Amino acid sequence: MTTVDDALASIRREREAERRPAAGEKGVAAGLARLRKLRNGLFGTWVNTLITLLTVLALWLIVPPFVRWAIIDAVWTGTSEDCAQAAGACWAFIGAKFNFIMFAFYPPSLHWRPFMVLVVIAALLVATATPRLWRRELLLAWFVGIVGSWLLMAGTFSPPTVASNQWGGLPVTMLVWTVCFGLGTPLAIGLALARRSNMRGVRVLAILFIELMRAIPFIAILYVAMLILPMAVPGGALIDKTIRAMIMITLFWSAYIAEVVRGGLQTIPAGQEDAAKALGLGYWRTTQLIILPQALRTVVPALVNQAIGFLLATSLLATIGIFDLLNAARASATDPKWLGYYDEAYMLVAFIYFILCYGGSRYSIWLERRLNVSHRR
Amino acid sequence: MTATADSPPTGAVRPGFAARIRLWLGPRIGTQIGILAGVGLLLYILGANTVATMDRIGINPGFGFLTRSANFEIGETLITFKAGDTYLYAMFVGLLNTLRVAFLGCLLATLLGVSVGIAGLSRNLLLAGLVRWYIEIIRNTPTLLQLFFWVSLSKAFASPRQAQPVLESIFLTNRGIYLPGVTLAGGSWLTLVLVGVSIAVFVAFILIARRRATLTFLRGLAAFALLAAAVTLAGWLTGVQTALDIPELRGFNIQGGMVLSPEFAALLVGLTVKFSAIIAEIVRAGVESVGQGQWEAARSLGLRRSQIMNLIVVPQALRVITPLITSSYLDLTKDSSLAVAIGYPDLVSVINTTANTTGQSLEALIILIAVFLTINLSVAALMNIYNERVALRGSGGR
Repeated sequence: MTTVDDALASIRREREAERRPAAGEKGVAAGLARLRKLRNGLFGTWVNTLITLLTVLALWLIVPPFVRWAIIDAVWTGTSEDCAQAAGACWAFIGAKFNFIMFAFYPPSLHWRPFMVLVVIAALLVATATPRLWRRELLLAWFVGIVGSWLLMAGTFSPPTVASNQWGGLPVTMLVWTVCFGLGTPLAIGLALARRSNMRGVRVLAILFIELMRAIPFIAILYVAMLILPMAVPGGALIDKTIRAMIMITLFWSAYIAEVVRGGLQTIPAGQEDAAKALGLGYWRTTQLIILPQALRTVVPALVNQAIGFLLATSLLATIGIFDLLNAARASATDPKWLGYYDEAYMLVAFIYFILCYGGSRYSIWLERRLNVSHRR
Repeated sequence: MTATADSPPTGAVRPGFAARIRLWLGPRIGTQIGILAGVGLLLYILGANTVATMDRIGINPGFGFLTRSANFEIGETLITFKAGDTYLYAMFVGLLNTLRVAFLGCLLATLLGVSVGIAGLSRNLLLAGLVRWYIEIIRNTPTLLQLFFWVSLSKAFASPRQAQPVLESIFLTNRGIYLPGVTLAGGSWLTLVLVGVSIAVFVAFILIARRRATLTFLRGLAAFALLAAAVTLAGWLTGVQTALDIPELRGFNIQGGMVLSPEFAALLVGLTVKFSAIIAEIVRAGVESVGQGQWEAARSLGLRRSQIMNLIVVPQALRVITPLITSSYLDLTKDSSLAVAIGYPDLVSVINTTANTTGQSLEALIILIAVFLTINLSVAALMNIYNERVALRGSGGR
């Protein structure tokens, strides 16, 4: 069973392959054609005209009140007293609490650290999104970047140290997301290979693990991390809460990634394996040199989609008391000085998530096309 | 091949059994046994550690606590629950709450999602564009964030005393949403028989019409209208009294009608909206999965757009849509566990409370995992049966 996102993407791919490129009109003719298309699209038939009018009416009921709240009556600068008197949104609140929403309880004098971490992760993400840079060195860069970020946040080599229960906001969201995805992927490749192995004992183990993980809610996994993991480690040694959560999240996500990878493995024709065997390659060499490079290449867009889903899911860290971006936003509105501006805080967080995820899904579509083109050559 | 594979038989009865295991396992017996033993050992160590820790903090491992009485209240329940009932019963109440929100959520998300999906397929550019943005915004923001938003919205309503009714009978208040309900009284076994027969006739009609491929949307709608009329008539003939139970403001509170708590309403609306966007995408993808050639062929046969939809596109699209929608129903059921973050007492929330009050977190979580595994596996099994039927019909031809 594939994930919903995956299936949707593959259908879109087929449709796009079928669609013919637009006729090469230029200049005034093209402009007129576009205008005609727009007119037909809005007022082509009387039914269409009616739909347009009804949609405009619905928009009229929703958009102006929202604009009035968000822009016209909004308070852009000032104090909470100014906001209390106004009828609109209190963007002054965002201005005052922006650093808190971004970095939560991290000591304000050290805010440059989480800021640097965000810069490093953003740079790594941009580099990873560039197919030209897909080399071994990139993995090394990730390793160095993440370990460095972690040490910088903790202040191990540059005191004062900051305990991880004081970390928060966007850096925590990004660290948990990237680390768990990064560690989950190799695990997932192993699971996917195990699930297709001809060793039945190994196969059954992989199936049990994957189906178990996929059947239970994310929150249950977080509870396991909170309640069971501390009891299960030898001697009851208490590992840090964030790390405990990250261990379980890595295991959880690896099951989902494994299914995506398996989808890629299934696209490789059996002839490839036979050919490799005829050349005298063993299982591991065949897998490493022939199967995986092709399989992973086809699933990169699906992996991007999966990663977007995971980024959205990290917001559940709030339920176990970790101050990720969403939880920080919620906490910001409990400040006695600025009490109850939840809508504004949520609006900001929604905007950040939307930019990241919408950008990611656009990128995934672009990448798919690019990979397809170079594949067909 | 390792040594174990070719080791000679050691006894008279054993070889058969060992050989069977060897056959089942396949190649590389030694490696496999090593891996299985390793995993077993890891689980054993983790389990032993857990039990040792439970011992140390004075908790008896085992499911005996299920029959002890739970000293907490559950905010809202479908069946009565009071502090002092057993933990097992409390979990059952939580499960019913989960199923309640999951069932209603799937139903409403499907209605909204299919409507939105169809609207997105419209040739009207404005409507299609609007739907596009709705889907993108909903899909690219976290579900939990949306739930928080709905909760904060439901808290922003007026208190019951000041609430103004919408459409004369719906009250949106910060204590919950009051909807008009229907109360039924009277009737007899004859009512049940008549209603049962009507439904049976309706189902039989739909099945036969589908078999003969004469079922269109309009005929289905007409049959449904007839069913509704028959049920009403049956009730009227056998003397069932129906009364509208409309909520109204009496004193300081609102009396009558159905009440949805703010948490339940927020969770239901949140799940409905989130999954309507996903289902809308599925519907669109399903319709688009039917190739352009099918449309062209149908048009050349002189079919109208509505006929093409009903007779050619929808039947084929359903083959794509059904498994995906089922998968999203399962996701919705899993996501209903977000209830715990906004204070609706679903199964996860009750289990969490149980784990915290008894300390039996391992057992509580095992129950939680078992329940979700059962739900998932049974739906998957049903799905496989359905898929086989659809596949057969597709390849068999008529």
